[in-house]
Amino acid sequence: MANFETPPLTEFMEVPPVIPGTMEHSSPYIAKPEIQAPLAYPGQLVENWEQKAVFKLGELVKSNRALQVFLDTCVKCGACTDKCHYYLGTSDPKNMPVARQDLLRSVYRRYYTLAGKLFPKLVGARDMTKSVLDEWYSYFHQCSQCRRCSVYCPYGIDTAEVSMAAREIMDSVGQGQKYCNEIIGKVFKIGNNLGLPEPALVNTLEGLEEDVKEATGVDVKFPVDVKGADVLLITPSADFFAEPHIDGLIGYAKVFHQAGISWTLSSYASEAANFSMFIGSRHNLKKQAMRIREAALELGVKRIVVGECGHAWRVAYSFWNTLVGPFDFLDRNYPVPQHICEFTYDLIQKDALRFDKEANDDKVVTFHDSCNVARASRMGNMPGGQFVIPRAVIKASVNKFVDMAPDTIGEATFCCGGGGGLLTDDLLELRVKGSLPRMQALKQVVDEHGVTHVAAICAICKAQFSKILPYYKFPMDMIQSVHGLVSNAIRLDRKEI
Amino acid sequence: MATINVAGKDIEVDEEGYLVNRADWNEEVAKIMAKGDNCDLTDSHWEVINFLREYYEEYQIAPAVRVLTKAIGKKLGADKGNSKYLYELFPYGPAKQACKYAGLPKPTGCV
Repeated sequence: MANFETPPLTEFMEVPPVIPGTMEHSSPYIAKPEIQAPLAYPGQLVENWEQKAVFKLGELVKSNRALQVFLDTCVKCGACTDKCHYYLGTSDPKNMPVARQDLLRSVYRRYYTLAGKLFPKLVGARDMTKSVLDEWYSYFHQCSQCRRCSVYCPYGIDTAEVSMAAREIMDSVGQGQKYCNEIIGKVFKIGNNLGLPEPALVNTLEGLEEDVKEATGVDVKFPVDVKGADVLLITPSADFFAEPHIDGLIGYAKVFHQAGISWTLSSYASEAANFSMFIGSRHNLKKQAMRIREAALELGVKRIVVGECGHAWRVAYSFWNTLVGPFDFLDRNYPVPQHICEFTYDLIQKDALRFDKEANDDKVVTFHDSCNVARASRMGNMPGGQFVIPRAVIKASVNKFVDMAPDTIGEATFCCGGGGGLLTDDLLELRVKGSLPRMQALKQVVDEHGVTHVAAICAICKAQFSKILPYYKFPMDMIQSVHGLVSNAIRLDRKEI
Repeated sequence: MATINVAGKDIEVDEEGYLVNRADWNEEVAKIMAKGDNCDLTDSHWEVINFLREYYEEYQIAPAVRVLTKAIGKKLGADKGNSKYLYELFPYGPAKQACKYAGLPKPTGCV
């Protein structure tokens, strides 16, 4: 693993001077043929890959009007240049969103615009070559598709779309990323990112029932494959495996228990995450999402609730209906789909849950808005619900809550540094450096308000924080699941429902 | 393909040092891998490694961190049944580092 230095936390975030090439060595492991195969991608660079990549780019531009607009409209105003956490953390100018887009835009210009065909040098148009491909592979895996830059772009150019397109082109000519593609293959084979088979899932959940019984004296169930349950819970498989994710899962179960609503997990669709979005692969996106529809039909549920997973919520909220809908078989009295925070919030509004907030009095909590929830979806029936609702759930569970600086939360939130398919050890340097702006904002509330914990509603954020907090001298267990806080404070009836 | 040399024999590992073929595992393999990370395997490490291997044998996956801490707590005492203890043993993260020494595949996903 490359040696690198963790950037120092200063009094306030400064835009660093440009240092070209500081991250050109950063590149994730390339997927082997056996990892590419289940996704229907070639195992290695195909013959004539240059032409095929250009052709694929043309296809994508033709089928995705937004992509074409994004490639055509940039006026190089510079509004995005200091908005990317990877630029702020690495100083590498190719991590400025406009420069990242230009990696692809230059090739688009060369083959699909008149000026680029005639006078390539004058308009910054480039041939598709191996060095361009290498540069794409490196820098399109330094974008977490968080869309923060798009908020500040006067034209709304969405670098995430450009980065997804680039990854789809690379995959289609045989150069895929090991981390994402191996995980997608596991979903097809086993049903979740972890590769957690049904017996292991059942064993883990039985263990949780024992733990909760021991801690509270209450029989809180963690049901799997229960036909006729009201709610199907689709949650990231990290919730079955990692810390602090699993505390969130325990929180969901307690909420369902206390509300007296029957629910179930599915061993077939035991994953909310859909990494096919990160690689811009529509056919794999659909294939993954279809498992959830199939499970809902098979189990005969009335509602689908989605657990704490950032990009999964984007896929569910923004894409499910057109991708694998209509969901006309579900109960239309409830949102389709519904976020677990929304679910808990509604119960709080109805006064159906009681909390002993003192259970969290050892904590001063702040909330990290996850990018895909913040900028690519909504929640509840009000504008900005995706910001209000998770905070309301936290505030119902804890006495002491403080927000980080306004330009680092809500719509302006900074990525945790590990989103978009970059949560892998081979990109650790990027992840540590890219988390700098978030760590900076966190340090401020730690210093000024004594914040002890940061809560999140995304499995990637939670895993990323656990890993990088110690690099910035914060304790690893500072990161919490929102429903982990709920779990600590919710009052459970001892009588059986 | 990368390899590690164990008792004169080259054994295949992936880019991150995890065994390609689980059948190649023996205690020597674990020791050599640990040595590569400047880690000397003590009895406490072996308790974890052996539990991971047993669990994997039954469930074809490494146990959840919570399942692991509970099992270790039962075996070695409640003061050791927590992730802090496991991180002291395996500073790169119990799930990943211990799986590697145990010859198991790396856990994937948002973990």
